[in-house]
Amino acid sequence: MQTTAPNSLLSIRGLHKEYVAGNAILKGIDIDIAEQGIIAIIGPSGTGKSTLLRCINRLIDPTQGQILLEQEDLSQASGKQLRTLRRKIGMVFQEYNLVERLTVIENVLTGRLGYMSAWDAWRRKFSQEDINTAFQLLEAVGLAEHAKKRADSLSGGQRQRVGIARAVMQNPRLLLADEPTSSLDPKTAVEIMELLERFAEEKNMPALVNIHDVNLARRYAKRMIGMSNGVVIYDGAPEGITDDHLKQIYGGESWLV
Amino acid sequence: MGLEWERIQQGLGQASALLDRMFPPNFSRWELLLSGLAESLEIAIIASIAGIVLSLFFGLFSARNLMPNWVSIPMRGLIALCRTFHPVIIAILFVKSVGFGALAGILTLVVASIGFIAKLFAEAIEEISLKQVEAVRATGAGFVSVILFSVMPQVFARFIGFSTYQLDSNLRNSTMVGIVGAGGLGGTLFSAFQRFDYDFVAAILITIIAIIMVGEFLSNIVRRIFS
Repeated sequence: MQTTAPNSLLSIRGLHKEYVAGNAILKGIDIDIAEQGIIAIIGPSGTGKSTLLRCINRLIDPTQGQILLEQEDLSQASGKQLRTLRRKIGMVFQEYNLVERLTVIENVLTGRLGYMSAWDAWRRKFSQEDINTAFQLLEAVGLAEHAKKRADSLSGGQRQRVGIARAVMQNPRLLLADEPTSSLDPKTAVEIMELLERFAEEKNMPALVNIHDVNLARRYAKRMIGMSNGVVIYDGAPEGITDDHLKQIYGGESWLV
Repeated sequence: MGLEWERIQQGLGQASALLDRMFPPNFSRWELLLSGLAESLEIAIIASIAGIVLSLFFGLFSARNLMPNWVSIPMRGLIALCRTFHPVIIAILFVKSVGFGALAGILTLVVASIGFIAKLFAEAIEEISLKQVEAVRATGAGFVSVILFSVMPQVFARFIGFSTYQLDSNLRNSTMVGIVGAGGLGGTLFSAFQRFDYDFVAAILITIIAIIMVGEFLSNIVRRIFS
């Protein structure tokens, strides 16, 4: 096992996950992340990309291994400590996962729930500062005029923008995005990637993005991680990824033409 | 059974005699009617409020997708127990255990409310989208906040629907529990029957019809507000 790089924000060591005993999805993942910007994770469906992201914020419990966020071990955290760590990790979902019956602005404000007591949440007592920030974020994602609409009245691209605003609302140290563009048309997908890139830069944080579209990944990523069968095959600059790597990651080559 | 044409004819004759004596309805003892009605309404409203609040928690705790088995299984058992007996039987049990009067009626209808609302509410919760719950959990929100901001928005309108339906049902049943001595208009109705005051019986029945219709109207308004 490697030692932890002292200055990395996130460092994953020997991460294993088995949903069914003896059938590992993740087979010893080691990743260090210190830099800001988009880090694309590519790989075929079912290779554990989603599982990897969900282990990081513990929506899924890892079977084995360490996940250190700013030197705190997420894999062992529970209760209050886990919630405090989750606050530092904003997550964007493939199907947006907005609370459909809440308004757009309420959805953005849910990003602050980790900072509030249950009593304040019950009274919907968000601080004026949070409300101002939420409106600024909606402005930044171009949805200011939709603030009072119900989330289920928005289009897919608009919903994903709200999802991003909600994640950024947490004031996170790290963004996770699980296939954020897979449900969207190509033009909207590019807009969403740009938005992720912009927030990653503005907030000086890394954004780990699971993505199917290798070209889109190459265009925005500062670093690419290729996964196949639960292990990391490639980890480095997007320029360094060759057709051979892609063959190794996805298998076959007919799709490369 | 001895059910012959003659028997039916006899019965029809009696029914027409009964109707003759019921009309015109006699509202002269309106004070008695009104106090019985007031007690029934109180029973229905207090029982509904208590039942709705308890059902909110019982339903939540028995939802298998949010609660561990050791919480949900006993809760489901409790709710099933509430549904087992007809309200008349529960009312008799409460009259025997806490004595005659409105308290027995209230307890009866609380039990009936839990049996209905909590069960349907739990089922509604079990049908929610867990994706929305997952997203709110990922923000670092605590358990209560997750419930408030991702579960409740998905089920609240249905909860209001179940609750208003149960309020309707409690209004109806609050006029029944009196028959076994658990307070309200049913007691007045029962003694009017026993004294053959059929014109007063008619007055009571008309009052019950009116109150049920008003209840229906009000619950429609509530449903519209929350949907």
